[in-house]
Amino acid sequence: MTALLSIEDLKTHFFTRDGVVKAVDGVSFSLMRGQILGLVGESGSGKSVTGFSLLGLVDPPGRIVDGSIRFDGEDLVKGGEPMLRTLRGKRIAMIFQDPMMTLNPVLRIDTQMIETVLAHENVSRAEALKRARDALVMVGISSPDERMQSYPHQFSGGMRQRVAIAIAMLHKPDLIIADEPTTALDVTIQAQILAEMQKLCAETGTALIWITHDLAIVSGLADRLAVMYAGRVVEEGETARVIERPLHPYTKGLIASVPQGKTRGARLQQISGMPPSLRSLPKGCAFRPRCARADEACLEEPALEEKLHGRKARCFHPWSLDEAADARRQAPSRDGMAETAT
Amino acid sequence: MSDDALTAGLAPTATAEPLAADSPFKRLLHTFLEDKLAVIGLVLFTLVVLLAIFAPLIAPQNPYDLAQLDVLDGGLPPGSASMSTGGIYYLGTDEQGRDMLSAILYGLRISLLVATVSLAFAIAIGVTAGTMAAYFGGKIDSLIMRMVDLQLSFPAILIALILLALWGRGVDKVIIALVIVQWAYYARTVRSSAIVEARKDYIEAAHCLALSHSRIMFHHLLPNCLPPLIVVATVQIAQAIALEATLSFLGAGVPITEPSLGLLIANGYNYLLSGRYWVSLFPGIALVLTIVAINLVGDRLRDVFNPRLQK
Amino acid sequence: MIVYILRRIGQSLFALAAMAILVFIGVFAIGNPVDILVNPEANQAEIAATTARLGLDKPLWEQFARFVGHLFQGDLGTSFVYGRPAMEIILQRLPATMELAVTALILAVVIGVPLGVYAGLKPDSIGGRSVMAGSILGFSLPNFWQGLLLILIFAVLLGWLPAGGRGETVEVLGIRVSFLTLDGLRHMILPALNLALFKMSLVIRLTRANTREVCLQEYIKFARAKGLSSTRIVLVHILKNIMIPVVTILGLELGSMIAFAVVTETVFAWPGMGKLLIDSINLLDRPVIVAYLMLTVVIIVTINLIVDLLYSALDPRVRLSQVKA
Repeated sequence: MTALLSIEDLKTHFFTRDGVVKAVDGVSFSLMRGQILGLVGESGSGKSVTGFSLLGLVDPPGRIVDGSIRFDGEDLVKGGEPMLRTLRGKRIAMIFQDPMMTLNPVLRIDTQMIETVLAHENVSRAEALKRARDALVMVGISSPDERMQSYPHQFSGGMRQRVAIAIAMLHKPDLIIADEPTTALDVTIQAQILAEMQKLCAETGTALIWITHDLAIVSGLADRLAVMYAGRVVEEGETARVIERPLHPYTKGLIASVPQGKTRGARLQQISGMPPSLRSLPKGCAFRPRCARADEACLEEPALEEKLHGRKARCFHPWSLDEAADARRQAPSRDGMAETAT
Repeated sequence: MSDDALTAGLAPTATAEPLAADSPFKRLLHTFLEDKLAVIGLVLFTLVVLLAIFAPLIAPQNPYDLAQLDVLDGGLPPGSASMSTGGIYYLGTDEQGRDMLSAILYGLRISLLVATVSLAFAIAIGVTAGTMAAYFGGKIDSLIMRMVDLQLSFPAILIALILLALWGRGVDKVIIALVIVQWAYYARTVRSSAIVEARKDYIEAAHCLALSHSRIMFHHLLPNCLPPLIVVATVQIAQAIALEATLSFLGAGVPITEPSLGLLIANGYNYLLSGRYWVSLFPGIALVLTIVAINLVGDRLRDVFNPRLQK
Repeated sequence: MIVYILRRIGQSLFALAAMAILVFIGVFAIGNPVDILVNPEANQAEIAATTARLGLDKPLWEQFARFVGHLFQGDLGTSFVYGRPAMEIILQRLPATMELAVTALILAVVIGVPLGVYAGLKPDSIGGRSVMAGSILGFSLPNFWQGLLLILIFAVLLGWLPAGGRGETVEVLGIRVSFLTLDGLRHMILPALNLALFKMSLVIRLTRANTREVCLQEYIKFARAKGLSSTRIVLVHILKNIMIPVVTILGLELGSMIAFAVVTETVFAWPGMGKLLIDSINLLDRPVIVAYLMLTVVIIVTINLIVDLLYSALDPRVRLSQVKA
């Protein structure tokens, strides 16, 4: 079975007055039909720009400078705007972070839904209206007829995000890119939306890329994880195995910084130092200055390689390969990252 | 002086330099100078101001000293030589034989004088009213802002024209009319930014120190409202020049004895259709260049002071 | 909503009352109203008669009551020059001014909005920069000077269009209009353009700034992500958002256009009430000046009221907050 989406060495750079910002600088991952991928990283790691690059929605001065995006066998970078236009909203949909901002405040909900249907299919308004109504019912909005006559400001944040999801589901797309869709919401609403998305994707066979900085959210949702750091994917693999045994020191640090039941009472680990500026990345491995395991070898840039079966990492000294050595290193200070690095 | 002393003296300045470069004023100046058009505007405006100030020294003749005028030289096109003195009239003459270049330089003086004097008074009144409204709030605020709203809901030209229609012509009267139509802009601008500032902690701190009202208003509140005030002032001075010119053109502004650029244009208007374009055209160009220069500077200042557009 | 409308009407009435008081103070309280309201060429007996008729020998409050009473009857005195009620003369000239102002407003929107949107969508392109440079020029050139240049170029140098006057008019519902005859249209092009240019620059700058602002909004990106054509995004999503501030400003600017028509009408000898005002100023025909002022104030206050109500009808967010309030 071939992948629905496969991204190869994607590079999206922003050409600003103060220099080139390499927001995305070597992102590779692939996704099967119906699969859920968690794209994880700190703010500024390039995960959102990756999402926008897929749909060709990167605003100037940014543009894709290298790499390929193959969607269902077609190269989206080569296909350009005409091809992307037919795909956007139809086969690849997107959900944004802040539901307060994604709906046009001066247009009614029905207008904003119907136009999405009509943008891709030549159906009557009545038919489009019916489709919009069904989509609202599907995302759990009660009294949809009345709701459709409303303006966005009459909805709560959670409701708006449901509307945005309904719009994304209108054409039963093959892939949905969700850019931190629950970050701006209350925790209880977050859980609802999360469950809703999971259920919808399972029912319709839609693949999902869930972009987030919150490892805890995706660990229960995603089939696979891709961890990004400074514009690059540093680790990719099955969620359970990545969480259980991270390869890249950064992934390990990220996991250690999530509070869990078993670490109760212990001090939370933090990754020392600051994320590097994307204008001037350190030589070699971008994580080197913050990494406890770094040595001279890391002055060369590591490639994203398969380290274990089905698992890739961009590191010369991955964890979990030499269990015995790891155990020894880990012994004095649980993890060693925070202390030894400083 | 030994080399050591030199380097020792230099060293601190060398380290202090990056700090100095980061001072707000220098940074703003730097951003301002990035825009070529704005720099051109600034240079042009400085030039215009200098020409106006030194007009009596630069101008070939005093256009209002009748002894210097020669009726035989009336209506000469640009570049003509004088019949009597042989001097060149680079921009031509009007029907009385007045050198247009001199008339423009003197006219510029009047135009800028009216605009700057009215600007100063309007700012003084507007800033006081706006700061008081923001600082005291309540009844004083609503009274002042009612007046501002009322004033701003009527076009400036309408109010100024009516006032001058009732009062008659005169440089002083034009200035008063301009002050009356302009103070409200400053009051509104200062109030809106002062209200934001007045809620901040440092004003609270000033209250705790039991500083006087006027000291808090003018030493603490006002300096923080300066950026929008400067932007509005540049826009308004251009407006004031244009408004004065318009009023004078309509015959309700300055008297014939002290013609501004607007009045010069009006005087030449009748000759425009008969082909003596220069009597009207050149004062007009001088007027337009002045206003464009100020607007270019103002446009840039707006961007420089706008935190949302800063990177 | 009704509460809001009533409150807004109350504010308008307040503005009218304030202006009436100011005019009263200007005419009656400061200086000698006889100078203002009595023909300067009148002899002693006439002056005494008028003083008595106007009640200028009465106490100030009574004079004010009288003034307000006359105001409600539309009686603002008799023109020295024409010997007819000042209001009647002004009203006669009103259609010509309104025709000019409305045409100019339409020109400003029809040309200004597309140019502003274009400059907002492509701020760094040569076209976008030229539009902006042009608007700075339009902003900087004083109205009367633009008019002179238009005359110089199109009437004197090229000889394509007439330099002044109203041309042939037709009577529609008792009002004489120019725009229905070819000759009238030819006479109207230059003055209407002249009056429009300044506002056009304003519309361009406003539209451009708003377009840039709206373009950065997430909902525009979301609209693109939905696969909408750029035509629909611009014509529906962007335009609908920027029309709110544009309509507001323009409504308010209609008032200032009527005021600025004074300049245009003078330059182009357009027989509207602005030209009448300037003529009256030159002839010291003060009752006409006062009548012009009061009429213009009423027009402007009314326009401001209508615009405010229209604004709340346009923006669903405002509508809701007012229902709540």
